Amino acid sequence: MRRFAFLLVLLSLALPAFAVQPSEVLDDPALEARARQLSSGLRCMVCQNQSIDDSDAELARDLRVLVRERLVAGETDEQVIDYVVSRYGEFVLLQPRFNMRNALLWAAPILLLAIGGAFIVAQSRRRTRPVTQALSAEEESRLKEILGDSE
Amino acid sequence: MIVEAGHFALVLAFVLAVVQFAVPLIGTRTGDDRLMAVAAPVTIAGFALTALSFAALTMAYVQSDFSVVNVWENSHSLKPMLYKVTGVWGNHEGSMLLWVLILTFFGALVAWFGSNLPASLRANVLSVQGLVGAAFLLFVLATSNPFARIETPPFEGRDLNPILQDIGLAIHPPLLYLGYVGFSVCFSFAVAALIEGRIDAAWARWVRPWTLAAWVFLTGGIAMGSYWAYYELGWGGWWFWDPVENASFLPWLSGTALLHSAIVMEKRSALKIWTLLLAILTFSLSLLGTFLVRSGVLTSVHAFATDPTRGLFILFILMLFIGGSLSLFALRASSLTQGGLFQPISREGALVLNNLFLTTATATVLIGTLYPLLVEAVTGDKISVGAPFFNMTFVPLALPLLIAVPFGPLLAWKRGDLYAVTQRLYAALGGALLTVLIALFFVDGMGVLAAFGVGVATWLVLGALTDLALKAGIGSVTTAVAWRRFRGLPRSVFGTALAHLGLGLTTLGIVAVTSLDVEEIAVMKPGDTLAVANYTLRFEEMTPFQGPNFTSDKARFTYINAWGRELGEVISSKRLYTARQMPTTEAGIVTRGLSQLYVSIGDPTADGGIVVRAWWKPLVLLIWLGGLVMMIGGTVSLLDRRLRVGAPAARKAKPKVLTPAETPAQ
Repeated sequence: MRRFAFLLVLLSLALPAFAVQPSEVLDDPALEARARQLSSGLRCMVCQNQSIDDSDAELARDLRVLVRERLVAGETDEQVIDYVVSRYGEFVLLQPRFNMRNALLWAAPILLLAIGGAFIVAQSRRRTRPVTQALSAEEESRLKEILGDSE
Repeated sequence: MIVEAGHFALVLAFVLAVVQFAVPLIGTRTGDDRLMAVAAPVTIAGFALTALSFAALTMAYVQSDFSVVNVWENSHSLKPMLYKVTGVWGNHEGSMLLWVLILTFFGALVAWFGSNLPASLRANVLSVQGLVGAAFLLFVLATSNPFARIETPPFEGRDLNPILQDIGLAIHPPLLYLGYVGFSVCFSFAVAALIEGRIDAAWARWVRPWTLAAWVFLTGGIAMGSYWAYYELGWGGWWFWDPVENASFLPWLSGTALLHSAIVMEKRSALKIWTLLLAILTFSLSLLGTFLVRSGVLTSVHAFATDPTRGLFILFILMLFIGGSLSLFALRASSLTQGGLFQPISREGALVLNNLFLTTATATVLIGTLYPLLVEAVTGDKISVGAPFFNMTFVPLALPLLIAVPFGPLLAWKRGDLYAVTQRLYAALGGALLTVLIALFFVDGMGVLAAFGVGVATWLVLGALTDLALKAGIGSVTTAVAWRRFRGLPRSVFGTALAHLGLGLTTLGIVAVTSLDVEEIAVMKPGDTLAVANYTLRFEEMTPFQGPNFTSDKARFTYINAWGRELGEVISSKRLYTARQMPTTEAGIVTRGLSQLYVSIGDPTADGGIVVRAWWKPLVLLIWLGGLVMMIGGTVSLLDRRLRVGAPAARKAKPKVLTPAETPAQ
């Protein structure tokens, strides 16, 4: 069921056209490979979590063509990405940038692994030490009773 | 009339669920056996009523009763019968009804097979199950009633979304729900243990079969969904890290962790509190997934059934169960005892490592899925977290875990010898290194990282086989003895080996298809050829075709191998579903061994050609076959006499009430 919603989403855009059209493909294979690489990291703004490389939407096509034009004009990958972000905002990036705002996101796996690991080590240290069982209050009073210890 | 009866049955089921919640709980509080005994029959009756209600809706679909809004919106009189039936859950209301049906079904199973449980535990489990059921039945009745009528019924329905008119709809959602909702039993057991304030190895033994069953179904559901998306969406992707997919992947990850920690608890009565927490978290993640998808928080305007009332309602259910169970956990967990000491290098230690990585991976996927919501709520900025993030974080977390897998089953309990185990794995290690070298030097286009991935996959497969071979004593005893031992191995040993082997196969499929797939795009006219990897496609002709509720254009291709031999035909088509005027693509797929040739057609061009996109997907089938092997492993393990629900052996394991003073390990 969960996937239905997803399928529906894709469907709403999955007109029988293709993602990359033959007419869009650049002659220079190296440049085309860079274009494919870049477009697989850019979000199709009108789709659901789909890259412009996979999407059939008109807007995705425009963006693919734009990326290729910029590459042909001799821009570096970073320049192309910066230009697209300046036009569409960071929402367009499928891979969030490494910045302070996203620090929690990127640090999460390492942080969690470290905290979890530290916790396990601490636990096993604590547990390998012999544990003496404290007496319960009831046992304590019974013991006192037996020993005849009156305060 | 039948429709109203179905509606009425659902209302009754809700009332019974409330009874199922309240009466046994009062019984266990006051120690009244009669009140506790109410639980089982009421649970079974509740299931029967929900099933009746579901049958009524199915009937309406089968008869194309368009006076029911839900049927009118999602069905069509010309639709093939299979899709009329599967269409019942191809929409929000019907799918929630299926959800509730499966929930009550699991409750009824506990009632049926739970006769070996202590009476109070059974009553408490069914009571919790009843509360979950009541909440979701109320949700269906109040916000998503599938039985609403139309005053003047239309002649024809609006048809089911064409993409859902597929055999995948018959298999994927029921399997996924059986998995999702199956974890509710583990949840109920965990909450019941907290209510009772005691938990022991016997508890783990009762919970494990349910966890295994849910895990098997969820594995199947995810694998099936992945294959469905692969062939239906027309560009051969099999995993997209979409929030909707993540919603099903999260409970799978934590469920896998639960499966492993429950072993430690059962065998060594250690990790009790952790296992309990995992049981709660796994079902909480199922609920969260339901909320994320049903509320449309993440899937925005495109998802169906995005109604704020529904979202709020599920959010409320979510807070009630997650908040409630975690509060109970916080209150009671400290009173539970920890037992079973072990050294870091031991079977337990390996399973703890497994849990560390699996939970970190779960948390990473969860944070990645929710981060855009968080950022938007705090700063107002909109950001995306997509596939590149998940690949960059999940893969490094998964790799060490995969490498550790073969060591786990070979390590001894309590105190293991890593060096000795490594020695026993020399053959597997050698085999893995050999495949890395072969991949590096003899396979074109294989990078270092991909070759390493192939090595890890081989390591997993050989490691699983080594485990079986060593346990049978192959090499150290005569063949006849080894064979007898092999046949006498507990089923759970086979289950473990198969599941780990399946994981290796899936890994191999993923690595092969990501690093070696070949894609070609071209405009083709009849007679044109296109080379795809070692095959050549020749476009023959385009023919129109009339389906029951669609029209289509079929493109026929001949595929030819490297030596010029014609091997057969592949047909790829575009369909137009008439009722919704919605086009779909039906990819043409040829299976060659474990690899596939995938052909998809696009728009016609002005000069009379069509756009053709073709892929060579090496070893792609292993991705899902591995899932299937994992399912078989889980099932074999489930059939282990020790775990069989209601097996006499389990009866002997009397629930020992462990008070802190009695705990043997302390």
